[in-house]
Amino acid sequence: MSELLDRSIGDIAALLARGECSSVDLVQGLLHRIDSRDGDLSAYVSVDRDDALGQAQRADKARSEGDHRDLLGIPIAVKDILNVTGQPCTCASRILDGYVAPYDATAIARLRDAGLLFVGRTNMDEFAMGSSTENSTVGVTRNPWNTACVPGGSSGGSAAAVAAGEAVAALGTDTGGSIRQPAAFCGCVGLKPSYGRVSRYGLTAYASSLDQIGPLTHCVDDAARILQVIAGADPLDCTCLDVVVPDYRAALGGDLSGIRLGLPREYFVQGIDADVEQAVRGAIQQCEALGAEIVEVSLPHTEYAVSTYYIIATAEASANLARFDGVRYGLRAPGGKDPIDMYGKTRAAGFGDEVKRRILLGTYVLSSGYHDAYYVTAQKVRTLIRRDFEKVFESCDALLTPVAPTAAYRLGSVSDDPLSMYLGDIFTATANLAGICAVAVPCGFTSDKLPVGLQIVGGPYQEDRILQIAHAYEQSTEWHTMKPER
Amino acid sequence: MSNYEPVIGLETHVQLGTSSKMFCGCATDFAAAPNSQVCPVCLGYPGSLPVPNEVAVEYTVRAGLMLGCDINLYSKFDRKSYFYPDMPKNYQITQYDMPLCLAGAVEIDLNGDSRVVRLRRIHLEEDTGKNVHFARTSGVDFNRAGTPLMEIVTEPDIYSADEAMAYLQALKQLMLYAGVSECNLEEGNFRCDVNCSVRPVGSDALGVKTELKNLNTFKGIHAALSFEIDRQLNLAASGAEIHQETRRWDVDAGITATMRTKEDAHDYRYFPDPDLAPIVLAREQVDRWRDELPEAPRARRVRMIEQYGIPAYDAGVLVAEKAIADFYEEAAQSSPNPKAVSNWVMTEMLRLLSERDMQIAEAHITPAALAELVGLVDDKTLNSNSAREVFGILFQDGGRAADIVEARGLTQVSDEGLLDQFVDQAIADNPDSAGDYRDGKTKALQFLMGQVMRLSKGKANPQSVQELLRSKLGG
Repeated sequence: MSELLDRSIGDIAALLARGECSSVDLVQGLLHRIDSRDGDLSAYVSVDRDDALGQAQRADKARSEGDHRDLLGIPIAVKDILNVTGQPCTCASRILDGYVAPYDATAIARLRDAGLLFVGRTNMDEFAMGSSTENSTVGVTRNPWNTACVPGGSSGGSAAAVAAGEAVAALGTDTGGSIRQPAAFCGCVGLKPSYGRVSRYGLTAYASSLDQIGPLTHCVDDAARILQVIAGADPLDCTCLDVVVPDYRAALGGDLSGIRLGLPREYFVQGIDADVEQAVRGAIQQCEALGAEIVEVSLPHTEYAVSTYYIIATAEASANLARFDGVRYGLRAPGGKDPIDMYGKTRAAGFGDEVKRRILLGTYVLSSGYHDAYYVTAQKVRTLIRRDFEKVFESCDALLTPVAPTAAYRLGSVSDDPLSMYLGDIFTATANLAGICAVAVPCGFTSDKLPVGLQIVGGPYQEDRILQIAHAYEQSTEWHTMKPER
Repeated sequence: MSNYEPVIGLETHVQLGTSSKMFCGCATDFAAAPNSQVCPVCLGYPGSLPVPNEVAVEYTVRAGLMLGCDINLYSKFDRKSYFYPDMPKNYQITQYDMPLCLAGAVEIDLNGDSRVVRLRRIHLEEDTGKNVHFARTSGVDFNRAGTPLMEIVTEPDIYSADEAMAYLQALKQLMLYAGVSECNLEEGNFRCDVNCSVRPVGSDALGVKTELKNLNTFKGIHAALSFEIDRQLNLAASGAEIHQETRRWDVDAGITATMRTKEDAHDYRYFPDPDLAPIVLAREQVDRWRDELPEAPRARRVRMIEQYGIPAYDAGVLVAEKAIADFYEEAAQSSPNPKAVSNWVMTEMLRLLSERDMQIAEAHITPAALAELVGLVDDKTLNSNSAREVFGILFQDGGRAADIVEARGLTQVSDEGLLDQFVDQAIADNPDSAGDYRDGKTKALQFLMGQVMRLSKGKANPQSVQELLRSKLGG
């Protein structure tokens, strides 16, 4: 049973359809794995065993009564930032202690309608602010490939759970690389859809103009299956656009002949770990071997991306996180002598250091006298970054880049140096700023046996294209079949 | 006495009469149980997102058109950040630098003169909840949170408390005409912030201003403003400094008092709301709304004087409320006697509506029935007493006037023979009064007429009765 959990959604769906396993078998297997492994990894924040088994029993019953939905009864792990009715949604923060979601995020509602089960909530950097899952009030998550290392972040719990076989698939969120970077660090597939592709309704906002929900999976085909369910316009999110959702799996298959792939000069610079660069170069050669034409391109405003990202993201966050005030839900610190005092005490006690740092940064860049110099300038640079991409996509189908300058690093090695951690977002934050899509796929290992990710970046709503490229590459290698030792 | 003059600008918050809130589907009923009209969106729950109410955008544009504003075909929503318990997200979604409407004007009448108060802008935003204070604790009712709210900002064009009143009354009337708000002050549909400063007469510069917050009755606004103007004039006259600050109106003490000073002023940190796309309006749509605008009350009054030959006073009373004017015009157009129609509407109709606290739409009388009633009086089928009775029945139950006259046997008695009998009997029953009249006490005639009306059960034609009495008493 246990190897079942390492198989693709397609395989599992087929087994369920043939009656060779049940949803209860799957969930029991999962719970067993979580019991045996999660003590070391802490991928999950919370798992409601009875509820998970109840959902599985209902799915099995439905199937026995003739319900043949493809994905019926398949469990998926959910980052602790997405609202699922009746479940906690702490965002790994003390400030949401005791909060129970009264509604389903749209992505969750769609997965529920497709028959998926929500077995547990995965760890993350508090409010998705971080790149290592070390900024979590419930403790750090460890990388299944080497428990001395971080899993990446902020969706580190989702990536670790998938990599360790503690989840068939998981949902994460990506604001500046928070799906792709942990996927790369943990050796799984992570897709950040284009802005507006997936409804953000029910995603606790960090930076509203950058956040997207996406899947972390064992393989590209699984990512396509999950995206198929969650993509598409939503009347509850007016930033989620009414753009046709293609059949993503239909696009998979075939080689890369006739496809032009760009290598942005600015993404292959000094400072990239040599092992990472070697793995990515190898993947580029493989794509060429599969028929792709490789061209060098330029994204000249790349060097401004990280600072632009941190101004816009923190500005939005400073307003988005203002609602956590102890009045309506979550933590309320005692002893406030008036509302303002109560807010201060609650927020001082409820938020971690990184969240406070970003709220302060965001408040500063929006404050009178600094607003134009920081926020307005950042918006202008954002436009330039977007134009950089528009220009290269006139001549390329997609771009190939590393996901991050390094593989997973050791716990605690970067957490005391926020600036150097921020610089790790250099290759990923640009896609969020430009609103375009990108996918991370495993492309090798470092000499320390840590996974390396290849990033394939596509234009707006070009998910079908980057999934096709990722799939062709993935199917021509063995990287995605490799699992961490247990 | 004083060589300073006050200068006033008003920011009026008008709640729009939409059935649902600005950014979610919750209802906006006023009297609902606390926190019964709320959802994750208007409570600011994690992950919830706003979706703009298109009707609220339409109403704001209609209001702007009614006030002669320029409509921005491209506008946007911004976040205004400050912490307060009645603010679910601790930011308000509002419009900062690109509001829906710019400029515009309101014409006001004061002591027979008319002038124009220029408007600066109208923007659309969401209302806050309401803090409720109990003996030892406080609560928040979020039913109001997210109600669509228009803020209408004037230029500093107002120079007295009375002018401010005239402006607010004119504005309220225009908003009622535009059909965008109930403008119910008791329910908080119409609330005002007042900016006030004083300056030497003849100066163009503005003095240091104070802001009076959240006044929600016309009486309160007038009282607060009168107090504040006097306070500032006194300070200026004595050469004392006026501080820029926000002041609150203490109703019980009848004074304004410092609420917060310039040093505590908020930095609202406005930025465009990334959850909301800009509002883009099609010119054709705005033109359509402009074409659908009702006639403005001032123009309507002038036209009605002309068209129906009614006095200016009547026209003013009738246009005060659009539904009343609509009713009047429909009736007047099917009556050869528009002045009589006006009399009925201004007296009986308005009296019954106010006695019963009703809107005209709730009364059952139709304009056609009123026109018919006027005709029955004019052709002497009905005397005025009976006509009032018929009006009351029409008001209460509806129907046609002639049917009621028929059913109740109210046709006026003009039959000479019958009237003769009544008059003779009245004289015979009241010899003293008859004598008084003959002695020159003309008042006695009224008494005798009353007796005849009583005998005729109110149906006698009073003119005929009067003539008969005079001739029989040798008048």
